[in-house]
Amino acid sequence: MMTSFTESLTTALQLVSALDSTLVTIVARSLGVSALACALACGVGLPLGAWLGVARFPGRALVLTFLNTLLAVPSVVVGLVVYLLLSSSGPLGSLGWLFSFKAMVFAQSLLVLPVVTALTRQVVEDAANHHGEQLQSLGAGTLLRAGLLASDERYALLTVVIAAFGRAISEVGAVMIVGGNIEGFTRVMTTAIALETSKGDLPLALGLGMILLSVVLVLNALIALIRLWREQEPVGCAAPPGLEMRT
Amino acid sequence: MRGAARTRDAHLKPAVSTPQPPVFRLARAGVVFGRVPPLNALAEVSLAVHAGERIALIGANGCGKSTLLRLLHGLLMPSVGEVWRAPRVAHAMVFQRPHMLRTSALNNVAMGPWLRGVRWREAKALALAALQRVGLEGLGQRPASKLSSGQQQRLALARACALSPQVLFLDEPTSSLDPHAKREVEALVQQLAREDPYLTLVFASHNLGQVKRLASRVIYLEQGRVLADLSVADFFSGQLLQTHYGQAHLFVKGEFV
Repeated sequence: MMTSFTESLTTALQLVSALDSTLVTIVARSLGVSALACALACGVGLPLGAWLGVARFPGRALVLTFLNTLLAVPSVVVGLVVYLLLSSSGPLGSLGWLFSFKAMVFAQSLLVLPVVTALTRQVVEDAANHHGEQLQSLGAGTLLRAGLLASDERYALLTVVIAAFGRAISEVGAVMIVGGNIEGFTRVMTTAIALETSKGDLPLALGLGMILLSVVLVLNALIALIRLWREQEPVGCAAPPGLEMRT
Repeated sequence: MRGAARTRDAHLKPAVSTPQPPVFRLARAGVVFGRVPPLNALAEVSLAVHAGERIALIGANGCGKSTLLRLLHGLLMPSVGEVWRAPRVAHAMVFQRPHMLRTSALNNVAMGPWLRGVRWREAKALALAALQRVGLEGLGQRPASKLSSGQQQRLALARACALSPQVLFLDEPTSSLDPHAKREVEALVQQLAREDPYLTLVFASHNLGQVKRLASRVIYLEQGRVLADLSVADFFSGQLLQTHYGQAHLFVKGEFV
């Protein structure tokens, strides 16, 4: 068993180092789907989350509870819902997106939308509790406050974006259901790993696994760098006496 | 409640010699926070603020000074009672610990007029003039968050000035500053008050020396209620305080000890 693993690992390393065309295509497709899905989810989730962080309305607690519940929805459930929407008898069946790149983007967008919205809401709400009334005092209404606070917390929100991308690229259930794992069309890293493992082609599965891990590693490194960067930058509030930078 | 004999001899007062119309009026106003259990942050507050007055709000921590400022400024709505604000009276507030956005000092100041509908280019011109008033014109392009605490508080004053306020609310503006910065900010407030005798100042402070220097009227709060509302001379005369406002007297006595 150990020999088999070592051999597979060696072959996997050879595939990665040789930039095997099958491997490269799958990785590129994965990155494309997840990046696009993440961009779409952020386009909706960032402003929506920022608004939720500032706005006060009846039923807000209920909305937030529902939003937080969506964080725990399994990706296969999202895949199933999107499948039903896009199937020929579904309300969006006429689009003809099922088993396509677009379907996978759509599914992953829905999957990470609650992540982006909920985390943005938390970041902006914390900022609003801390200094939102100062912007209100200057005359900023709810929307402007949401925008200004989100812009002011841009480094924290960048972490949210990276986390959402990580969630998208590492999921398998949704893209498997709506993409169909069609070779050359909808096969992405996670679905390929599942398939190749079931077929016994461990080197390719391991090679893809290594790349997936590397992507996640790079994302984590980015988050750590941003955190370090933020810690070095002085915060917007006046420092306590003695700690200020005199000029 | 207000003292009949308002003093005319201190540093900044009177701001104006003729009676001015009220800019704010509170009638039995109260603010309640939370439900279980409810906290009466302000209760049964009735008072009028007239143009050009310099009012100090004093009292122990949690007595309702900041709540009263926020109620007057419109950041809070009254839970009970009424708040009347004169129409077309611009007001601005400077906070104890001002928060600056992650941009330049100039942009931070320009943000105020821009948020109130002024075009960005004109807002920047107003901001530049306001920075000159507070002596920070040379630091306009620096990131606001890199300024010292005292400079940030002056920047907050500039941000308020750029709104051309007729009423300026100050929530313990010097309490988190070192003595040097404290003097700078206080001098700046005095300068602003001198430049515009019709500027109404309402400020919360624990510094009774500052109250003596800046205020013409003192409102003493305790547990959300106004216990004393007197001219500054009457408030500090001692006898009146001791006779009629025991708690306020103890507060003042404690400060001087």
